Amino acid sequence: MAGTATQERAGRFGPYGGRYVPETLVAALDELEQAYDQAQADPDFHQKLDELLRDYAGRPTPLYFAVRLTERLGGAKIYLKREDLLHTGAHKINNCLGQALLAARMGKQRIIAETGAGQHGVATATVCALFGLECVVYMGEEDMARQELNVYRMRMLGAEVRGVSCGSRTLKDAISEAMRDWVTNVRTTYYLLGSALGAHPYPTMVRDFHRVISREARRQIIEKENRLPDAIIACVGGGSNAIGAFYEFIQDKDVQLIGVEAGGRGPQLGEHAARFRGGAPGVLQGTYSYVLQDENGQIALTHSVSAGLDYASIGPEHAALHDSGRAEYTSVTDAEALEATQLLARTEGIIPALESAHAVAECVKRAPKMSGSDVVIVNVSGRGDKDMGILARELRLSGAE
Amino acid sequence: MPIQFPEKPGLVVYFTVGDPDLATTHSIALAAIDAGADVLELGVPFSDPLADGPVIQRASERALRNGTRLRDVLELAAALRVERPESGLIVFSYYNPILRFGLEEFCAAAEQAGVDGVLVTDMIVDEATDYLQALHRHRLAPIFLAAPTSPDERLARIGAVSRGFVYAISRVGITGAQKSLTEDAEQLVRRLRRFTQLPIAVGFGISNPEHFAAVGEFADAAVVGSAIVAAIERAGPKDAPHAIARFIQGLRRDSREPAAPAR
Ligand SMILES: Cc1ncc(COP(=O)(O)O)c(C=O)c1O
Repeated sequence: MAGTATQERAGRFGPYGGRYVPETLVAALDELEQAYDQAQADPDFHQKLDELLRDYAGRPTPLYFAVRLTERLGGAKIYLKREDLLHTGAHKINNCLGQALLAARMGKQRIIAETGAGQHGVATATVCALFGLECVVYMGEEDMARQELNVYRMRMLGAEVRGVSCGSRTLKDAISEAMRDWVTNVRTTYYLLGSALGAHPYPTMVRDFHRVISREARRQIIEKENRLPDAIIACVGGGSNAIGAFYEFIQDKDVQLIGVEAGGRGPQLGEHAARFRGGAPGVLQGTYSYVLQDENGQIALTHSVSAGLDYASIGPEHAALHDSGRAEYTSVTDAEALEATQLLARTEGIIPALESAHAVAECVKRAPKMSGSDVVIVNVSGRGDKDMGILARELRLSGAE
Repeated sequence: MPIQFPEKPGLVVYFTVGDPDLATTHSIALAAIDAGADVLELGVPFSDPLADGPVIQRASERALRNGTRLRDVLELAAALRVERPESGLIVFSYYNPILRFGLEEFCAAAEQAGVDGVLVTDMIVDEATDYLQALHRHRLAPIFLAAPTSPDERLARIGAVSRGFVYAISRVGITGAQKSLTEDAEQLVRRLRRFTQLPIAVGFGISNPEHFAAVGEFADAAVVGSAIVAAIERAGPKDAPHAIARFIQGLRRDSREPAAPAR
């Protein structure tokens, strides 16, 4: 077991993580931590979760050998971990099922969540329908416009979507608004946070619910190749799919872990969401990690074509993996991600989410430089249905080419 | 240390520095002290004020649009310290602007400016080891929030490390006005008394003379924030100092009269 590879004391990853929240929330975080620890020790909880992951969400997801993409790039053998095939269309459901089971154990009837790309919102609305819970999702108005389909899906599932009009009107502002709701309704409400972010115990708990990705991938690659991969590539917004894809490989020192941030339109502050390129350690929304900010400590605006990567901070465990050098972080631009979306669609018949396309784009850069005996796994965290509006516009799909 | 409340209940006044502009904030601060505020909380604007309601969010946005920085807050404090040596001055901030400034550098500069205490909204006692050491080195009073949801064990820790006063949050929620005070406030103050001899100030949602008088029945001071910020917003730059003076005099005067019948 990878166990406590990067974790020295509860909630800290090296210097990162912790709890930087209003005092009002501390008791709720303590209650959550305790309930989570109890659930972790309860075989019944794991059995229920495993059943739901299998019968409801569709786990295990395939590890698919992408033959044509491999031939096209002419280097390493490329495998795709198909989280896009899960129910609701992204990895987010892994975490939502786990946390919804926990909320039910805790007797909470009202669930709130934030969402960027809408995938976490849809997954939350889905589990709330499944468990018969009230669901309110906060979403920046900018994201509501660019991920409109997911807004309808959430409403279809019975969730109330509350638009957030402050700040940059994206994920960061949705989290602030969800936290305001939580502070106000903390006695009755469960905050179902959607990434490996925020105050302890969220980064640890969300990671644990996504560890299944690397647990399966490790077994699957050994079955198929009789060896471990040379590299795992995943996109990093808050960092949940990436930490899930990395975690069980952390102790396998020969496996390169590569996180891909949003390079957006370019390297200027405000034009991207590459926290490790332009950010500095700081505190945002409950945790100490790398944060894109100006010289006065005000949080910077960010940009990415992909709403799910468009966030000024990054999960604290990634900050620790970055500083220790165990994982490597890089970024790809909007244009590269769009190009990779089309490439994967046309070589493999798989349209990835724009978030996941960032991981594919990094693979496009690296695979050709690797040898034919090397093996790379790309985590395809979600599918691209939600992005068809953006793709139609950006790739001019509306007429003849 | 000028954090004291000679007249009961004491009055702590919050406003966001740089809203609507630095010069007006300076005049508002002087007007508030002269009208009877014992302690000023000088609010550092932050881009992502997740513990604040719409009124203080808007104030933060206005102040940031003016380019207000932590450095400006400290300069204002230094000026006020000279002009009004007897008033209590507290820097009220989210943690990130302080971290970016440098915790040690900030504390040194705050001490130099004559600041008495520091309150960081998203700093809790559990994370405060370095923070407390830096504040102690520079003789700054750490002021922590205590919440109705904080169990006794936390209140004990909060009481043990606080100096100056303890800030009891009147209710579960974010900053902003409310119609009536809940029983949460009185219960919290009663619980807190078991763990601290320090004065206890009650804040969040205190917006009129009735609230002020009611808090005076069980606490040592009241903190008025959103109501002040809303009055600044309503009055506009020219009239804000005068409006704040009148508002504060109203709180003080009406609270000395026999409890007004409920409206
Ligand atoms: C498909 C997909 N991948 C990745 C992300 C980014 O989140 P994280 O970094 O937590 O995996 C999102 C977030 O919305 C998403 O929808």
